Amino acid sequence: MEAVGNVDKPVSQKQEVAPDKWLDAHGDYLFRFALSRLQERAIAEDLVQETFLEALRSQQSFQGRASERSWLIGILRHRIVDYIRKRSRENTNHDDGLFERLSEEYFDDKGSWALKPAKWGNNPSEVLEKKEFWSVLLQCLSKLPRKAADAFVLRELEEWPYEELSENMSISANNLGVILYRVRMLMRGCLEQNWLR
Amino acid sequence: MLSCKETTRLVSESLDRPLSFRQRMSVTMHLLLCRFCSRYRKQMRLMRLALERLAKDKGDELGSISDDSLSTEARERIKKTLHHRSK
Repeated sequence: MEAVGNVDKPVSQKQEVAPDKWLDAHGDYLFRFALSRLQERAIAEDLVQETFLEALRSQQSFQGRASERSWLIGILRHRIVDYIRKRSRENTNHDDGLFERLSEEYFDDKGSWALKPAKWGNNPSEVLEKKEFWSVLLQCLSKLPRKAADAFVLRELEEWPYEELSENMSISANNLGVILYRVRMLMRGCLEQNWLR
Repeated sequence: MLSCKETTRLVSESLDRPLSFRQRMSVTMHLLLCRFCSRYRKQMRLMRLALERLAKDKGDELGSISDDSLSTEARERIKKTLHHRSK
């Protein structure tokens, strides 16, 4: 017999899948998950649909070892990474110049701070307990140049090792370092401007 | 002595791969003297922490983005497609 646990408990016998309930139970969650990684609503919606369709086709592969939601997230995650790979190959990086200028604005000619970082409160980790922080974080992500955002998302949200990321996105290790640096400068500035005021 | 620009670049680098001993020393030296770069480093660590949380979504960070849900049209479309295919 199974121990009494939470709703998501794994079960030993084959678990019933309920496709007609998927949309209501997981639709919005999957959408937010995709949106946090892709920053484009239409694409996030498409990938949610594809995820459900693939889940329908592979119902047998659902062993009930994980919760239904994490099974669906697993499928969605593959779709997202595939999509980003495809997008990064097609992207020709028109926004590079502006991107570079924006992130350089923080320093003067001598490399000293021109726009000095502000203090983020006395106890910065409290920041993470504020609900609105997460919306601002996503907004800031969506303002980044596409390719840079993709690299950053794979690095930070999918937690890919640096070398793997460099290979997969066909960016030299050195360039990737520069891109991630610029993204971090811009994200920091964006958070400071939009949330901490 | 590193400039602030060089220091922040290395702080960013350290989030992706280990720095050499020399690099670590130079950064530490600079941070001792520069409160803005120290601040920058703290903020980078906080950002990393935030993104880690979002990645794992243990505290339902995604749920906090409450105004983002599937549009009515998308919901209908998906419902129809699912219904059609699951027959």
